[in-house]
Amino acid sequence: MSNHNSDSPKHLKHYFANVDQQYETSKFAMWAFILTEVLTFAGLFVAYIVFRSWYPDMFVDAHKLLDVNKGLMNTIVLITSSLTMALAIWAIQKNNRKLSLLMLIATFVFAFCFLGIKFLEYSHKFEVGQLPGEYYSYMGPEVVHLNNPHIFFSIYFIMTGLHGLHVAIGMGLIAWLIYATYKGNLSSEYYTPMEMIGIFWHLVDLIWIYLFPLFYLIG
Amino acid sequence: MSENIKQNYLNHPKGLMSWLLTLDHKRIGLMYLVSGILFFFLGGLLALVMRMELAAPGNDFISNETYNNVYTLHGAIMIFLFIIPAIPGALGNILLPLMVGAKDVAFPRLNLASFYIYSFGALFAMYTIINGGVDTGWTFYTPYSTQSTSNVVPMTLGIFIIGFSSILTGLNFIATVHKMRIPGLTWYKLPLFVWALYGTSLVQITATPVLAITMVLLILERFLGIGIFDPALGGDPVLYQHFFWFYSHPAVYIMILPAFGIISEIIPVHSRKKIWGYKFIAYSTLSIAFIGFLVWGHHMFTSGQSVFSQIVFSFITYFVGIPTGVKIFSWILTMYKGQVSFTPPMLYALSFLFLFTIGGLTGIFLGAVALDIHLHDTYFVVAHFHYVMQGGTIVAFLGGLHHWWPKTFGVMYNQTIAKICAVGVFLGFNGTFFPQFLLGLRGMPRRYATYSEEFVELHSYSTFWSGILGISIFIAVMNLFWSFIKKNKVDPGSNPWGAMTLEWTHTSSPPHPHNFEEEPVLEHGPYDYDKVIVEKTYK
Repeated sequence: MSNHNSDSPKHLKHYFANVDQQYETSKFAMWAFILTEVLTFAGLFVAYIVFRSWYPDMFVDAHKLLDVNKGLMNTIVLITSSLTMALAIWAIQKNNRKLSLLMLIATFVFAFCFLGIKFLEYSHKFEVGQLPGEYYSYMGPEVVHLNNPHIFFSIYFIMTGLHGLHVAIGMGLIAWLIYATYKGNLSSEYYTPMEMIGIFWHLVDLIWIYLFPLFYLIG
Repeated sequence: MSENIKQNYLNHPKGLMSWLLTLDHKRIGLMYLVSGILFFFLGGLLALVMRMELAAPGNDFISNETYNNVYTLHGAIMIFLFIIPAIPGALGNILLPLMVGAKDVAFPRLNLASFYIYSFGALFAMYTIINGGVDTGWTFYTPYSTQSTSNVVPMTLGIFIIGFSSILTGLNFIATVHKMRIPGLTWYKLPLFVWALYGTSLVQITATPVLAITMVLLILERFLGIGIFDPALGGDPVLYQHFFWFYSHPAVYIMILPAFGIISEIIPVHSRKKIWGYKFIAYSTLSIAFIGFLVWGHHMFTSGQSVFSQIVFSFITYFVGIPTGVKIFSWILTMYKGQVSFTPPMLYALSFLFLFTIGGLTGIFLGAVALDIHLHDTYFVVAHFHYVMQGGTIVAFLGGLHHWWPKTFGVMYNQTIAKICAVGVFLGFNGTFFPQFLLGLRGMPRRYATYSEEFVELHSYSTFWSGILGISIFIAVMNLFWSFIKKNKVDPGSNPWGAMTLEWTHTSSPPHPHNFEEEPVLEHGPYDYDKVIVEKTYK
């Protein structure tokens, strides 16, 4: 099956010549995947730009219905989780499995907090009827004069919803990392999965860094 | 070692599960090939149903509603289930790792996952057919697609899912080309088919995400009425067209670039001459991939564009002609003073040159705003599109199948039948689609089940030749499969056409389960006919 020596590491797949090639390939493909993610969101950012340029005043007024404090809290939570993720990778590089595990758990908890806060925000919007498209029913005094405020909420829910989905997927991946690190499958010799998921997690963070000002801080 | 010679990827390991759960790129490629050919025949059958209806004016064969379903399904199946996945998925998977001397693609598990994602998406498309079809046209233009009561959601969901398969295959191929080449196989020593797959993969990973998000928005528009594409809710249906064509124009190059790659392999091998302008062909692939992203507006000249954007899109569209022309002339110069042998793959390659040139030149017509406003949505567009996609891609695909068939299966098909079919495809194709240019010029609109009396002659002519085309393709493919029964074995390790790329020179036919018995060492470039003599093993 394999033409590798018997002393080549267990994680080396038979179709790679050596560990370096395997690592470089994973990293390269991960960055290419990040490119596809960026383009997925780019489509939505274009929709945002188009509608904001059509309805500039509506966007400014409708954004006041969003809860800036919760948005800010989520920004802090997510940036911190990026830090703990980076620390987890740093720790595993130093072969400090315990610290790495701790940092991964912290990242997971922060991600959970993010989704929790998002849930509170969403449920408030559901209660008052600040919903996408046809389901929009909120008629408060701030919006009666507005032109098509439901479009703002369509774009808000689609973009933050897709981002939230990424956070949820990220949590699943981090949970798997916690398991793998706990089992001792990752070490300073081989930590490729952690680094790859780390890159993904930073992207999730980065997208939020754009979403936060574009929705919560306009005007 | 003698045991190993008999052992190849087709017979080792054995058992159904060893196929369904295989991580071997060659087996995955074969699974794509089989499903691709099935969908090709299904799409072809739908095309023949349309031609039957159009043989005479009036609704004498199928109703208007059925016709709408048939042309939508023909387009959607041919594009999303056959052409886009088939060449990269089938020929690309089988050949790419062999051509770069690797044991497999960079991520074999992901490769298998791509195939199953594709199959899962195809299930949605099949459900659409069973559940009564979809009648919007393969472009799913809003506002009709948000109002139609047919199965828009299952079909677009299927396309959304297949898009992921396309992205993952693209990622896999890019990583393979970058990182899995054997030492010494530098970029300029890669076979041009690899360059073509590389360009295709770049477009796949950059354009497909936008299609995915467009399909999501369309589905949400139907379920939630989000209003993005609905003018009644403050949205814009033309925005859908922008999103759609931002993907679907580059997707045209996902469909044609691999065909260019196949032609770049067939012509030097069957002319026994070094390819002319290797770097020109390689870079023209990349520039077509790039320019493809800047021309989507030429699909929308009549959708209410400003004159300024019309001029800009028209201007950039002409640029596509430059790298494409570079390729055509390079291929012609490759044949010049070569030892051209008229083998079946070469006949397909020659038809490609002729048909694709017509397809490409009529594309310039359609890129010109003034002409396009006259020709938009007429049979001229239908004819142009088919000259590029069928005359180009499918003819190249058939040529590629005939070229690599002995490599893939270690058997040779009947050459005489294959040659007759290649000529039949060429004649049948021109007979079917050339009249459609004339129909378009005279104002016959596309997507109608009936037409006025004046078009009857050209339409019935087109229908007659479509039968010849259908039969030729069918017999050509059956002739290939017949080679399994006839068992006209090619000697293992043989190189029937005398090709110089690694998949022919360094492994047996069919290849070893792990591609190469020992790591190949590169001895010469892919087309060094001027330096090395490689004997043909098939006379």
